[in-house]
Amino acid sequence: MTLIEKIHSTTPTHRETDAGGSRGLRVRGLHKVLGGRTIIDNLDLTVQDGELVSLLGPSGCGKTTTLRMIAGFLAPDAGSIQVHDREVSALGAEKRPSAMVFQNYALWPHMTVVKNVGFPLKLRRLGKKEIEQRVDAVLALVNLLHHKHSRPARISGGEQQRVALARALVQEPELLLLDEPLSNLDAKLRVKVREDIREIQQRLGITTLIVTHDQEEAMSMSDRIAVMNAGKIEQFSRPAELYSRPETEFVATFIGSLNRIEGSLVNGAVVPGDDVIGIRPEDVVFTLHASFDARPAVVERVVPHGHFHEIYLKRDDATLRAFASGLPPAPGDRGHAAIQNALTFRQGRLVTTGGVAL
Amino acid sequence: MTMITKRARKSAARLSFSGPLSGLFFVLMVVFILGPLAWLGIRAFAESWTFPNLGPDGWTLRWWSVVLGDETLGRAVQNSLALAALTVLVSACICLPAAYAFARYEFWGRRTFLIGLFALNAFPKMGLYVTIASLFYALNLMGTVMGVLIVHVLGTVVFMTWIPAAAFAAVPRSLEEAARDAGATKLRVFISVTFPLALPGILVAAVMSFLASFDEAQGTYLIGAPDIMTMPTQMYTLVLNYPNQVAAVFSILLAIPSVALLLAAHKHIVGGTLAEGFQIK
Ligand SMILES: Nc1ncnc2c1ncn2[C@@H]1O[C@H](COP(=O)(O)OP(=O)(O)OP(=O)(O)O)[C@@H](O)[C@H]1O
Ligand SMILES: [Mg+2]
Repeated sequence: MTLIEKIHSTTPTHRETDAGGSRGLRVRGLHKVLGGRTIIDNLDLTVQDGELVSLLGPSGCGKTTTLRMIAGFLAPDAGSIQVHDREVSALGAEKRPSAMVFQNYALWPHMTVVKNVGFPLKLRRLGKKEIEQRVDAVLALVNLLHHKHSRPARISGGEQQRVALARALVQEPELLLLDEPLSNLDAKLRVKVREDIREIQQRLGITTLIVTHDQEEAMSMSDRIAVMNAGKIEQFSRPAELYSRPETEFVATFIGSLNRIEGSLVNGAVVPGDDVIGIRPEDVVFTLHASFDARPAVVERVVPHGHFHEIYLKRDDATLRAFASGLPPAPGDRGHAAIQNALTFRQGRLVTTGGVAL
Repeated sequence: MTMITKRARKSAARLSFSGPLSGLFFVLMVVFILGPLAWLGIRAFAESWTFPNLGPDGWTLRWWSVVLGDETLGRAVQNSLALAALTVLVSACICLPAAYAFARYEFWGRRTFLIGLFALNAFPKMGLYVTIASLFYALNLMGTVMGVLIVHVLGTVVFMTWIPAAAFAAVPRSLEEAARDAGATKLRVFISVTFPLALPGILVAAVMSFLASFDEAQGTYLIGAPDIMTMPTQMYTLVLNYPNQVAAVFSILLAIPSVALLLAAHKHIVGGTLAEGFQIK
């Protein structure tokens, strides 16, 4: 199916899932030393055909470096990169079947929107007519036909972003790479554009790797998320699992909010120990009346977050943060706080969740 | 951009530049820049104009006919134009690749070379030319087009290297990478992205080189005279033999190509891609 057919088809393109499908991207043993420091450390990553995967991690963990090696702008010191089972690590960026959307969009300011989007096709020596058709189709897809003849500097940031996306899509890449595609947009637009990107990605069934440091963004658009830390992938799972079953202490603290307490949990109480327990604020329940396994607690601070409140609770064994919706308690209120769920980490790795040993 | 927004922007700029101090500044600018030009213009048509008088004693076209009637002048104009064009071409061929290398690659001696280029201009020109002349005697280059061309090109190397180097360096790498990602070879990236984006800077350098060559007198006289005479060197002869109104006429003639070139380049440099290009990272 060509891009134009895909754009016009209404049903989402069939997508093979999990191990059975062919591999869109397969990275093995990727290694890179820059300025005497190991930036990427023996990294493995497999993206299934048609899957959208986010590379999520704190600043400086090597996300951009990884993406640039996959795109072909940076040569890895070691490792293999395969796109649809074809080794590409020896190829230059211009010969790879991937297309990239740059963080600053990197539109050519001296070309109009059509020229920008048509340039990759012009390089492929396609006929004028065909270029025109394909450019129009992809501009219609990103809803930009009315800006065909504008210069990039004359359109808004969100529109520039869509031009950059169109320029990547028009190449019908086997692999779409995006480096923090939403970081230059304001909060409202970011939500809209990420939904647009996801929708287009689903419609075209295109294998996609997105770099981001925004966990909400990664959670909302990805099939799977690879959490990266210090040049390594810490965990690679579905968004929900990442939150409920973080494999390492790093992932648990990086994703969402966490009460991190040194010790272990015995009958709902924290006792000193070598382990680390992590409790999600929503798993801490504050009530005015005593209940089973709740312990007396005093409200120390209440921080409003719009639709919910963050409550700092002091118990005799630990200080806990809890989330509360509805009418919040006031500082100084006395009540009872219960821990309903907890993660236990030993040497940084998850050993139990809830009260169930792994 | 539509005319309306352009005008709005202009008036906004005018508003922000008000105040008595900037007014005074503006008047001084006009006096210092336009004053000498006006004086030159009047002088070129003046019968005579001596000190206590506020204006010339009478008007005449005599000085123009003297200059335009001089048969060597035609040759000088031709020489000057051809030489300036050739200088820009040769200088561009030599300096633009160097400028690109300075902008894009880190290599041994890079800094030394860049500073050395400036040092070349820091020397008193005449001393440099005398040294060159003695070398050219040995090489039989005195009085040859080649010799004069070398002197002219030397005088433009700084412009043709520094300005384009800055222009190349200002082209964001991600724009080049995006082109490679789209499937362009390195050469194609240069032709389609790097060069067009650096073009305003290159044009500025070309115009400045053209004018520098057009204006060059000392070295040309030393190396080229009397066989190769350009407008500036011809001016020495004219000025020595005629009243100084002739110099005014000649100055105006000398200025025509410069002004024409600046006007032609103005549209490209100010209104063109340059202004737009730099709004994008
Ligand atoms: N050319 C280089 N020389 C030396 N160190 C480099 C080079 N390029 C990147 N680094 C280092 O590699 C590390 C990873 O950089 P990278 O840009 O991949 O981080 P990132 O995960 O994309 O971070 P961010 O979220 O801030 O964009 C950083 O510590 C950076 O300083
Ligand atoms: Mg980055």
